[in-house]
Amino acid sequence: MNQILQMRGITKHFPGVLANDHIDFDVNEGEIHALLGENGSGKTTLMNILYGLYQPQEGIIIFDGKEVKINSPLQSIELKIGMVHQHFMLIPVFTVVENVILGIEAEKGIKLDLDKAREEIRHLSHEFGLDVDPDAIVWQLPVGMQQRVEILKALYRGAKLLILDEPTAVLTPQEINDLFKILRDMRSHGTSIIFISHKLNEVMSISDRVTILNRGKVIHTVNTKDTSPSELARMMVGREVFLHVDLISQETGDIKLKVENLKVLNDKKLIAVNDLSLELRSGEILGIAGVDGNGQSELSEALGGLRPIESGKVFVNGVNVTNKRPEIITQCGMSYVPQDRKKHGVVIDFSLAENSILRSHKSKEFSANGFSRKTKINEYADDLIKKFDIRTPNSQVHAKTLSGGNMQKLICAREFSRPHEVLIVVQPTRGLDVAAMEFIYSSLVDERSRGTAILLISTELDEVFSLSDRIAVIYEGKIVGELARENFNTEQIGLLMAGSVTH
Amino acid sequence: MVLDRILTLTFIVNLLAATIRSAAPILLSALGEIYTEKSGVCNIGVEGQILCGALTGFLAAYFTGSNLFGFVMGMAGGLLMSLLFAFLTVTLNADQIVVGVTVNIFAAGLTSFIYRVIFGVTIFPPATKPMKEIFIKGLSDIPIIGQVFFQQKPYVYFVFLLVPFLSYLLFKTTVGLKIRSVGENPLAAETVGIPVRLIRYCCILFGGACAGLTGAFLSIAQLTRFMDNMAGGRGFIALAIVIFGQYNPTKAAAAALIFGFADSLQTCLQAVGLKFPEQFLRMAPYLVTILAMVLVSKSVSGPASLSKPYYKE
Repeated sequence: MNQILQMRGITKHFPGVLANDHIDFDVNEGEIHALLGENGSGKTTLMNILYGLYQPQEGIIIFDGKEVKINSPLQSIELKIGMVHQHFMLIPVFTVVENVILGIEAEKGIKLDLDKAREEIRHLSHEFGLDVDPDAIVWQLPVGMQQRVEILKALYRGAKLLILDEPTAVLTPQEINDLFKILRDMRSHGTSIIFISHKLNEVMSISDRVTILNRGKVIHTVNTKDTSPSELARMMVGREVFLHVDLISQETGDIKLKVENLKVLNDKKLIAVNDLSLELRSGEILGIAGVDGNGQSELSEALGGLRPIESGKVFVNGVNVTNKRPEIITQCGMSYVPQDRKKHGVVIDFSLAENSILRSHKSKEFSANGFSRKTKINEYADDLIKKFDIRTPNSQVHAKTLSGGNMQKLICAREFSRPHEVLIVVQPTRGLDVAAMEFIYSSLVDERSRGTAILLISTELDEVFSLSDRIAVIYEGKIVGELARENFNTEQIGLLMAGSVTH
Repeated sequence: MVLDRILTLTFIVNLLAATIRSAAPILLSALGEIYTEKSGVCNIGVEGQILCGALTGFLAAYFTGSNLFGFVMGMAGGLLMSLLFAFLTVTLNADQIVVGVTVNIFAAGLTSFIYRVIFGVTIFPPATKPMKEIFIKGLSDIPIIGQVFFQQKPYVYFVFLLVPFLSYLLFKTTVGLKIRSVGENPLAAETVGIPVRLIRYCCILFGGACAGLTGAFLSIAQLTRFMDNMAGGRGFIALAIVIFGQYNPTKAAAAALIFGFADSLQTCLQAVGLKFPEQFLRMAPYLVTILAMVLVSKSVSGPASLSKPYYKE
């Protein structure tokens, strides 16, 4: 079989970090090759080198039989390499056509010729079953559709090799299935695909071969059919991983969080949470499953006091906290791990020590007569860093220097270590690697055994399944069904999530 | 009665003609700023660039006797000031607002200083040759409409003719698409091979040239002389027009006319001797600015990356 791409001995240093260490990587024509590794293992660096965003210090790239030097994205586009970035490179206010032709539009003088492009996009869209309307405005499209626009961009430029960087991170289970179908279609048309991921099941189901990276080195390249998820996990992390959670059934206690007929609006002033009620007892985890954008963010913000409640009531520990300030809600015993950790979880320009006491900065322990007690705070932070295994040089560096996993550990450390009886966790493992996920999962289970009432809002179905005592499915701002652990059933929940069943 | 003097045809025709006349320079600056902001750069140094253009334009026109050359040098003056802005904000990634404020303060001092050095303090300030109105053949004879629209000075025609051209360029051409993409998501633009910084430079310089020309219009064509701080807040009104006009050249023209009207109303009312404190009348354009901002600024959304520096990884 012909190899479309060979990367030989690629080495890339960043100050203090060896991101890629003599990496050999090749892709056959018409194969889906998965690149597997934890965050920081060097997959993104390698792909950025291939896409011309970085220059390697050593090594050569052979593409389509010729040795090439790729100095810019433009050159890689010319070589027919396409990349779908993890954060989409789309202009939300432009239409699909405008996004697709951007950068290569000047074939017919200065006037924009959208008609020809529109036809071409229709044709491609039909050929690969993408089903994209060329005149739709991008921000109005669901995330899965936006990703297809990115794929269209690459196809429109005649990509022979398509790089997909963590493509499933933002998709629902149904959208993932659709994406895989599209990728298989593309493979049968002869397109080669590099599929970057840290999700083992996906790699197993979509790829032909897998290359595993760890700490900037290639551990192994294997045929997918000759390996297993547990073997891949071991190679990726360098040790056995236990993502499987044993949830020992336990007695639940009093009602700690009670939500009655909650109604909340989104930023566009439309109803996002509609007449939602739920009860949460101590010592149980209630998972809220649902496709992204069905009111999860608004629900969690309303509970945390970050978004006004239109009507309905919220009780924490029996105290009515409806439309109270976050400070008050916190004092009533709620801890909160927000969805967007950089925006709402930490102050990125504060030190770890400062971040670690954000909720308790007024307490006597950390402040005296309006002055903060530096030594106490630092001791406390050092203690948390040790207890939660936060990888950082010290407690005085800014939070923005932390990786996603360590930032999440910092937030969990802060929220879990203050007095609380209710815990709201939103998308706790989004963008985290397996090792960090493992840590977060076991921390949540510990919290549960200590009797905390936990509300877990997540779009990762696997996560909700393995951690929850009960699952409530949210659809268009309403709870459309609830299942107890013994009745969990992927199909049933999938249907509820899609809104096709009303319980 | 005052009303008798106001409700005459002459007064209304004068008022409308003045509206267009005073809208034109502000509109020109606003057009340039629309391009700057569409590329993701908020240049609040327009006021300073207008001042620079007013001085360089005036000096060139005064010493060579050619008003046309004055306009060219006015553009150059504004452009030079915007080059400083572009270097600081695009190349060095400095905060755009801070640099904009600096440019305004710097230009105010610099222009007065240079003028003083060259001419000293004079009782009869030097002046350029006055500029004549051009009557458009045929059209200027139409009653009322002809007097309002077609008996203006040449720069007024120039500015209003720019509007459809710039509107087309921004929304219907590949160049416009590139500019808008850079203002919305520069990283995305970069990944498809669009030179983000180059485009931002070009847009800032274009905005600077427009502001400089505005200044030259003010000093050469309207006043025939240079005065300290003669921009008189027009740069800031232009910024307001950009928002009020929803970053669209055509709508900005409409918005500029509203401000032009407010501005002309006060001069025309003063001219007929209205017994009303003139200070209040003079407030009119600024009041309209504030009012417009209060009314529309919440509902208008600018380019997504407006005023965010672009760091290349």
